[in-house]
Amino acid sequence: MSTYTPEQLVEINAQSRKARRAKKWNNFLHMVGNHSLLIALSAIFILPLYLVVVISLMSKGQAETRSLWPHPFVWHNYIEVFTAVPFLKWTLNTLFVSIMGTIGTVVSSVPPAYVLSRLQWKGRQTTFLIILSTMMLPGQVTMIPVYIIFSRLHWIPSFLPLIVPSFFASAFSIFLLRQFFTSIPDEISDAARIDGCNEFKLMMRIIVPLAKPAISAIALFAFLGSWNDFFGPLLYIVENEDLWTLGIGLNAFQGIHHVDTNMMMTASALFMAPVIIIFFFSQKVFIEGVTLTGVKG
Amino acid sequence: MSITRDTAIAPFSKKGAIAPPRKKLKVPRLFIFLCLSPWLFGIIFFTAYPMISSFYQSFTKFNLIESPQWVGLDNFHRMFFEDDDFWKALKNTIWISAISIPLRICFAIFTAWVLTKPKRGSSIYRTIFFLPSMVPAVAGTMAFTYIFNPAYGPINKLLEAIGIKEPPFWFMDPNWSKWGLILLGLWGIGDTMIIFLAGLLDVPTSLYEAAELEGASGWQSFRYITLPLMTPVIFFSTVTGVIGSFQYFTQAYVASGQVNDYSHSMYFYATHIYFSAFKAYEMGYASALAWVLLVITLLCTLVILKTQKRWVHYPNGSLFK
Repeated sequence: MSTYTPEQLVEINAQSRKARRAKKWNNFLHMVGNHSLLIALSAIFILPLYLVVVISLMSKGQAETRSLWPHPFVWHNYIEVFTAVPFLKWTLNTLFVSIMGTIGTVVSSVPPAYVLSRLQWKGRQTTFLIILSTMMLPGQVTMIPVYIIFSRLHWIPSFLPLIVPSFFASAFSIFLLRQFFTSIPDEISDAARIDGCNEFKLMMRIIVPLAKPAISAIALFAFLGSWNDFFGPLLYIVENEDLWTLGIGLNAFQGIHHVDTNMMMTASALFMAPVIIIFFFSQKVFIEGVTLTGVKG
Repeated sequence: MSITRDTAIAPFSKKGAIAPPRKKLKVPRLFIFLCLSPWLFGIIFFTAYPMISSFYQSFTKFNLIESPQWVGLDNFHRMFFEDDDFWKALKNTIWISAISIPLRICFAIFTAWVLTKPKRGSSIYRTIFFLPSMVPAVAGTMAFTYIFNPAYGPINKLLEAIGIKEPPFWFMDPNWSKWGLILLGLWGIGDTMIIFLAGLLDVPTSLYEAAELEGASGWQSFRYITLPLMTPVIFFSTVTGVIGSFQYFTQAYVASGQVNDYSHSMYFYATHIYFSAFKAYEMGYASALAWVLLVITLLCTLVILKTQKRWVHYPNGSLFK
């Protein structure tokens, strides 16, 4: 049946082996190509962070010589930054505002998201649309009257304008939570209701524990939102130096005291550090949160 | 209400009904109201009232101390015909949006696409790519203005090392400062990239396999499979990009403070509103600026929405039903 001679079969066999080897080699080349591209891109993304850390460890003189490696390492910068400027106070202020803001956002956003996703009622769709459209509303349109409200209340300068609004729910958090709550099967609620569970208990005891990933996502986004916020503090606390947050303090760094550039990088590094540490521990939550809603914070 | 025979059999008397309809859940109105109340309070006092109020103020002269004074359309007249800073800010904003929005989308697709390539280890790269978008805007901007400083920042030294003879002065040069800001924005591409990555991973591999069997090249399968399926994400990031670019403030404000931007090359629309309201205390004029901003963003969004039929493919539409 076969029309091949043994010599031809050997030849074919060798060819297919060669082809397989070529394919393997090809795959290997692809892998090397992909990874070198990824490594190059990673280097670009890391470079600014690397430079900040490296410069933060240089002496004042060396920081102005465009060098890429500290010589010698001035670890002392990280102590000096706390005495050169009120860095500790700024950190505590920022931490206070961020923690209070996070509590406010979580406490006030869970209930609206719950009724928007787990209960059927007239006007639900309309309410949801209103929430979505407020997400798109540029803050500048409401900024001035809100500022006037706070100034009439004599809340400027104080932390109150930065904290109190977060207790009145954020559209973004409601949206994120609603997306997650909707994915929890209705049967769970039905079963609990048949067993005589009231809505409040159902929300707190059953849905909230199931939605832990989404709730930690909004808590993280809220915390980082306040931690990274610059515009809010610029409006409301800039007049009182005792209330300054890290963002405001850092921006005013050079103007108020004469501080050297290496110190500035030290302070920047310390400002970034908590965010980066939090991110490393909670990457999954972040990435899922962004993917679920398409927006960050 | 007393139960009569008629009301009791009412559910059964409908034609063709064989069983009583499933008991509908009683709507716990009070509970719903209580749950929504924080949001309701917020939307009334921090959104609805301020919107109405700023709309009114946009027709007034108001300096925060005296009460607002009705001036009709004066603020708008001043904006369009007398205020050079308004035009400068608008031009800068349009310039940076026109360049950075498409650039950001391309870069986000590219980084996301590269991340889907390797079989193993992509999560480390994903972490690295995402990380800069977490960095506080103030810290990131300070770092950039310093490392891009022509005199003592290391970036230009690196550029010289790879053969660029006269690297730009970046933030110090009015012609280049916006490019510095664009680079800063591209550095923080992470959040946009993640959305694209999720989109790319959603593309069914069977489509690529079919294309490969048909002999499509890598570019062809990207152009005719990946790109059309990415259009909803591209559409979404264009809309959020336009809205965001008109509110672009922190990076520009911090950078221009760091380098003394005398020529106002980093003076954007949101900066103009901030200076009009909180430095000049012209609340009426600033409100008018804010409303023009709202109208501009709404118009842009509408235009993009109008065009979406032509280029946005929804996978749940005809193709994959």
